[in-house]
Amino acid sequence: MNPAPRGKPGRLKIILGYAAGVGKTYKMLDEGHTLAAQGHDVVVGYFEPHGRKETIALAEGLEFVPRRAIEYRGRRFEEMDTPAILQRHPEICLVDEFPHTNVPGAERSKRWEDVLVLLDAGVDVVTTMNIQHLESLNDQMREITGVQVRETIPDWVMKRAAEMVLVDLTPRALLNRLDRGVVYAPDKAQRAKENFFKEPTLAALREMALRQTAHEVDSRHGGENNREPSVASEPSQGGVMADGARERILIHITEAPATAALIRRGHRVSDYLNADCFAVCVLPGPGMGSVPAKTRGALEQQLDFARKLHIETRILEGEDEARTLVDFARRNGVTQIFLAKPPRPVLRFLSKRQLAMRIVRLARDIQVTVVAERRARK
Amino acid sequence: MPNLGRQRPSPEQLLQQVEAEERFQHRGKLKVFLGYASGVGKSFRMLDEGRRRKARGGDVVVAAVQHEAGDEVEQLLAQLELIPLRTDLASPSVDVEAVKRRKPSLCLIDGLAYRNPEGSKNAERWQDVEELLTAGISVLTSINVQYIRELQPQVEAIRGKRVDDSVPESFLHGADEIELVDAPPEYCIDRAQRADSGSPGNDALQIEQRLSQLREIALVLTAEVVDRQLEDYLRRQGIDQTYGAQERVLVCVTPRSNASLMIRRGRRQADRFHGDLYVAYVERGELASEDRRTLENNLDAARNACAHVEILHGEDPVTAILRHATQHGITQLFVGHSLRDTWLDRIRPNPLERFILEADGIDVRIFPHGENAR
Repeated sequence: MNPAPRGKPGRLKIILGYAAGVGKTYKMLDEGHTLAAQGHDVVVGYFEPHGRKETIALAEGLEFVPRRAIEYRGRRFEEMDTPAILQRHPEICLVDEFPHTNVPGAERSKRWEDVLVLLDAGVDVVTTMNIQHLESLNDQMREITGVQVRETIPDWVMKRAAEMVLVDLTPRALLNRLDRGVVYAPDKAQRAKENFFKEPTLAALREMALRQTAHEVDSRHGGENNREPSVASEPSQGGVMADGARERILIHITEAPATAALIRRGHRVSDYLNADCFAVCVLPGPGMGSVPAKTRGALEQQLDFARKLHIETRILEGEDEARTLVDFARRNGVTQIFLAKPPRPVLRFLSKRQLAMRIVRLARDIQVTVVAERRARK
Repeated sequence: MPNLGRQRPSPEQLLQQVEAEERFQHRGKLKVFLGYASGVGKSFRMLDEGRRRKARGGDVVVAAVQHEAGDEVEQLLAQLELIPLRTDLASPSVDVEAVKRRKPSLCLIDGLAYRNPEGSKNAERWQDVEELLTAGISVLTSINVQYIRELQPQVEAIRGKRVDDSVPESFLHGADEIELVDAPPEYCIDRAQRADSGSPGNDALQIEQRLSQLREIALVLTAEVVDRQLEDYLRRQGIDQTYGAQERVLVCVTPRSNASLMIRRGRRQADRFHGDLYVAYVERGELASEDRRTLENNLDAARNACAHVEILHGEDPVTAILRHATQHGITQLFVGHSLRDTWLDRIRPNPLERFILEADGIDVRIFPHGENAR
């Protein structure tokens, strides 16, 4: 055994796909063989065979760390055995299905959290995921597929990957595989075709995966200065604008359900613009006690969500919500305020002036972005 | 607002469609494997697909392979029928006539960007492929992104050297399928080092950076081909709508708005998202000459920023802009806002408020006018 030097985190590699059956697991195992043949110490930490013959055949010859059985409500589930992998301490560990949620009773609720533990212990990890599971794309994914994905990978976790590889396959080839029974058993394949596995849906997902990979490559190796400048675009470095200011994005958190989508979108735009991003909510009085219990719960949930995405949050106090928000933004050099789209007023005369409109009016030198909800297409 | 974008095709469009479909039925199918450097595995993927199709009963031949093939490629080749290159001219080229006589269902042609020697019927290999497709033979082929004609200035800026052979980008857009062969740059550094020897900046880190840039170009190009094919598909279904997979920014300009800032920001936003920039103005009656000049300057700035510029007409500017936005799959709308607030605005919804409330699935970014605005 040759333990990696303490303190040096392992290297994460993500194999990205856009649907089941494009060949992520196959690619992962193939890499495992290549690495083992080069003399590296490789183990399989978790492998999901999905009953696919070629993939199962490829798993042969690789060392497996057996899964761990966990009882939950009288049923037996198998999860990756993180303690056993740490004990074995390989150089490289292959872990299928990065976004998987562990069964209750496991130490950590998400597989990606297990992977972070492995990385922290100095183990390199090669893992697989589909683009649908990236947190900041959640709303766009629902728009494309009509399905709200629950198992998500926060963007900062994806950023930890030193390398990302796209497994590309044309939708037609994927549909052929589905028809030949390579991906699913016949009854499941039929259901899949009626829902998710339609050519335009697959094409849109594939496009998202291609674009995301381009962005990941760009943010790791590219850099703004290398891109061919278009005539009118100002010379800029990352989020820094020509006038020297860095873009700073402020997300306004409220108890409204649309806030989650707002946080994701604001976060994504910040990421692409390489901007600072923080999120604030405004309370009418001192402390969380100043809002009704129900609102409080929702607010705390949204703040918590923002923190999970590694967005810095702040709680402000002020009777005038719009003014408090804008004053804070101005003091902190914010260049863009992100708001959720307001609901349509029932009676315009009687409704208080829309919060969004008041913020726009007050923010005379700050841009305001109103984020629309993305609805699923029929 | 889903019905807004739906349009019935006109008779001309229908005729074009029918003709296109007829051509489509007789024509061979083209599938392109796109990579960003030698060594990512394009040839392997192409030959492997040829092997699998043959195993499933396809009549498959190979009409061109690249030299410098590895063992894995040699093994695949051994399982496939080969039509030799013709060697009677200055350099070897695809024997198009022999392939047409043999008439397989599928022909594999590596190295799409090759230039044919003097005396050939077609000047370039991609034209050979075109000829085979027209003859009803399907083709699998492979190409490196640096050989796409329209991308050559960009590629040249990255690699510091020029390639002579090239294939027009439209050829890729016409392909039935395009598949990206992706791999981290570490797989091709050795070969790139050899290929680029003599050009400036040749240490491993610089090469990796160059390769990453080429990789990004290949990814974005594939995404664009996919996006256009998806759009075509939706249009054929009579749906003039997109999925929002590509970010598209629409900047609305008026003589009064802070247009040059909005266009600059729009350009940057579109670049950052590898997206597209649109600029629109809604014409309403005559403008004062000074306003007209300002507007013309703004539209020039938009054209210089490589935006798709459109002048719209309509009684109601908000509706005109939103219809335009829906038709073009806009995801972000940039609008200006004057800080004036008249008593009338307090009674009826002003345009800004309408943009915010009526833009369906589109983010609205509001730029204040005036001196303080930045």
